[in-house]
This record gives sequence, structure tokens and C-alpha cells, in this order.
Amino acid sequence: MDTAMLIEKSALVLLLFLISLGVAAYQTYFERKLAAWIQDRVGPDRAGPFGILQPIADGTKMFLKEDFIPAKADKWLFIIGPGISMFTALITSAVVPWGTNINLFGRDISLQVADFNIGILFVFGVVSIGVYGIMIGGWASNNKYSLYGAIRASSQMISYELAMGISAITIVMLSGSLSLNDIVKSQHGMNWNIFYQPVAFFIFFITSLAELNRAPFDLPECESELIGGYHTEYSSMKLGLYLFSEYTSMFVSSAIMAILFFGGYNFPGMDAFSGNTLAILSIAAFALKIFLFIFVIMWIRWTIPRFRFDQLMHLGWKVLIPVAIVNMLITGLVVAWNQGWM
Amino acid sequence: MESLTNRKKVVSDKPMTLWEKIYIPAIVAGMVTTFKHMLRRRKTIKYPEETRVFAPVYRGQHVLKRDEQGRENCTACGLCAVACPAEAITMTSAERQKGEEHLYREEKYASSYEINMLRCIFCGLCEEACPKEAVFLTDRIVTTEFERDEFIYGKDKLVEAIDDRIDITKRQFTGKRTEK
Repeated sequence: MDTAMLIEKSALVLLLFLISLGVAAYQTYFERKLAAWIQDRVGPDRAGPFGILQPIADGTKMFLKEDFIPAKADKWLFIIGPGISMFTALITSAVVPWGTNINLFGRDISLQVADFNIGILFVFGVVSIGVYGIMIGGWASNNKYSLYGAIRASSQMISYELAMGISAITIVMLSGSLSLNDIVKSQHGMNWNIFYQPVAFFIFFITSLAELNRAPFDLPECESELIGGYHTEYSSMKLGLYLFSEYTSMFVSSAIMAILFFGGYNFPGMDAFSGNTLAILSIAAFALKIFLFIFVIMWIRWTIPRFRFDQLMHLGWKVLIPVAIVNMLITGLVVAWNQGWM
Repeated sequence: MESLTNRKKVVSDKPMTLWEKIYIPAIVAGMVTTFKHMLRRRKTIKYPEETRVFAPVYRGQHVLKRDEQGRENCTACGLCAVACPAEAITMTSAERQKGEEHLYREEKYASSYEINMLRCIFCGLCEEACPKEAVFLTDRIVTTEFERDEFIYGKDKLVEAIDDRIDITKRQFTGKRTEK
């Protein structure tokens, strides 16, 4: 690895880190605005024009609050919990191909921090670790509501990860590769996976909502039953990290969904462009897809009420997993037929 | 029983069909509804910048009127205090001295006139009882204070200034007093 490569990767990592945090911050603003619009309200409009400085005011508030650790809490786990959540939320963006190669200073720079040949496995692995942030935080708080939230989070994630994995396998079957870069390249132009795998996308989308703890699957933090769920005892920037990690993982999982099913940075008519123009347009197309996913996720949150826990388990185990398995078998048969193995 | 309002609905508890059981159509219908709300015009009035227009009959803070020559209309007859259901009004009367004709309209006047804004229910009966067109409720809002005694408004707050008349034409009763 030469020095220039090291510099460009470091710059990309730093840039991604800042963009993820910035996007997460403005997601909170957008979420509040969208909630207000759906409820016929105006939403935050005091801080700056149209309230666009609201996230900065919120962040400042978070930092200025008292950082409280309960007396009976497990101090170190209590501190580590939000850190794990934030870390796993941010690290997933390392394998995301954000656009086609861009040419800067005479070098062909890949807009992907690490092109793992098992990128999709990496994503699933990291997402699975993400539940530890919530579990450790809920356990360390030494509070029954936090513990309930943590238990709900872990059981929900385990149940939904199965269906999620099975629906993602169909994409791996179609593209023949576990690398996210290859998956995106196989959907060149308008050849998106959603046209071949609508059922898999549907399952993947629902399970993503569950993995993100977003409504209607926000049982780990439902205010009406568990006060705040796993982050009941958290305050100040530790709470901020939990909330931030939720929005960051929403951003990243929107990116993953766009990659797996909506062609990532591909857009129709992309062959007409080349070089840096293509790179910038592809980044814009990718950003637009991510934005649309975030919009839909928020739109769903402010439309549908929360599931009951038994309904959640019923949906996960008795509906989504069988449908995902049937979908996987059919896909496997079709792929085998096309390859001439049968 | 016979329906009195025709709004009675018969509740049914029949099992859901498959179409209803998969919930997706219902969820999509709900999302269409929320999307329509997203595009709707906001009805919010952003308070400090814009204020709601009061109805002409709005009953806010009282004013003690002066006549055209700047003389106080009130003669301390006490009818408003008698009419007040909340017993918010107290006053003391005094006789007009020589040389005070430019201050008070008639021979008797209120040397003090107090309304307790915490007791007042803004019913407007004082205004209705007043034979001299002296007390009126206006579209002004009683301000907030930190101390209770600051809500007892004396003549300093109630009587309108000569050069800063309070407009009550919207709610002026006509034909009560013959001579102006």
C-alpha cells in the first residue's frame, strides 16, 4: 500500500464520518418536519430560517446536559453501550460503494473505503454486533424498563435477522458474488434487482425497519410502555449517541437497500456519461435513492401504530421467514435452470 | 330502543378476510392519507409574528372611557360592582370640587376604581350595567405578572389616556344615553 493510497483512504474515511454525522443530524430535523407536516403542523422553525439550525441547537443542548450515571449501574458497560451502537452504525458505511471511480490529481480513486469480497456478510456481521450496544446499555442501566427494552431488542433482532439474511441470499444468487461492488455492477443502468426480486425486497425492507428499531417495530424504546426502553437511564451525549446511532444506521441501511435492490449508484442512461461527470451523477443518483428510502421509512413511522409483541413475533417467524424461504427456493431453481444445472 | 339521533352504528365482529389479514392494503391506504396531509396548507398562526384576529365581541381588559372633552364618564354609581358576579370591582366615590370640571363629567366621580383581574371572569356584565358608557371591555389582553397584587388594576391602568384613546366603536352600545 503506497502513501497516496493511505492518504486518499484516510480522507475518504474522514469525509464519510463527517457526512454520516451531518446526514444523521439533519435526519432528526427532517423527521421532525415530516412529522409536523403529516400532523398538519409547522414543525421547528425558530432556529434560523425554516429552523435549519435546529440540529445544532439540539446537539448543543445534548452536550450541556448533566451526564448522569445511576448509582447501581455497571459503570463501564454503561459507558461502552452507546459507543458500540455508534461504532457499528458508522463502520457499515466502509463497504458501501458511493459512486463510480472519480479521477482526482491524476489518480483513479475508488469511492469505497474497503472493497471486501464478502461485503454483504460484513454488513450482516456488524449489524448483529449492533444489538450488543442496546443490550449492554439496557443491562448496565440496572433498571427494569431498560432491561425490558434490551430483551425486546435482542429477541426482535434475532427473529428478523433470519428473514433478512434469507432474502439477501437471493440477491447473492442473482449476482453470484458477496461483494457489494459486484452486486452494484451487476445492476448496470436500469437492470435493478427490484424487478427480479420484489418479494425479497419487501421482506428485506420490513426486516430492516425491525433491525433499525423504527416504527412500527420500535418496541425496544416504546415510550408508552417502557418510558424510553433501553435508554431510559441515559442522559446527555450518551443518549445523544444512541439517538444518533439510530439515525446513522437508518442512513446506512437505506444505502444498503439501495445497493441490493435499487442499483446503488446506477441510473438509467448512465452510458452517455464518463469520467468525473459520471462519478458525480452516480453519487447524486445514489444520494437521491437514499433520501427516498429515508423519506419512506419516516413516512411509515408517522402512519402506522406500533405492533404488539406477539404480533411482532408472529410476523417474523410465521410469515416473513416462510415467505423468504419459498422465495429463496424458487430463485434457486430459476438460477439453476438458467445456468443449465438441471 | 328507537334511535334518537340516527348516528347509531351496528358493530360487527366478523372474522377478517385474507385481504384484510395481510394488512398491506390498509397500510397503503393509511400512507396515502398521511401523504395528503403532508401537502395540505398549515393552519398554524405563528404567534409572536402574527396574531389571531379577535371577534368584534371579544371581551378582554377593561377601559374607563373619557368623553370628547377628556372628562371621565364614570360617576361611581356602583352599578357595575353590583352587577359583577365575581365581585371583582371596588370603588370609592368623591364629590367634584370647583375647578375640576375639566376632569370629571358629572358632580360625582370615582376617586379610586379597582378591578381585580384574577377575580374577573370577563363576562361583560359591568359594561352592560353601566348607565354612563364609562366601562367597556376591549380586545386587549391582560398581561401576565409575577405577583398577585399586580393584577389589581387601578385607575392608572384602567382610565384611557387623553391623547391615546382606546377604540371601542366595534362594541359601542347605541341609544343608551340621549345626549352625547
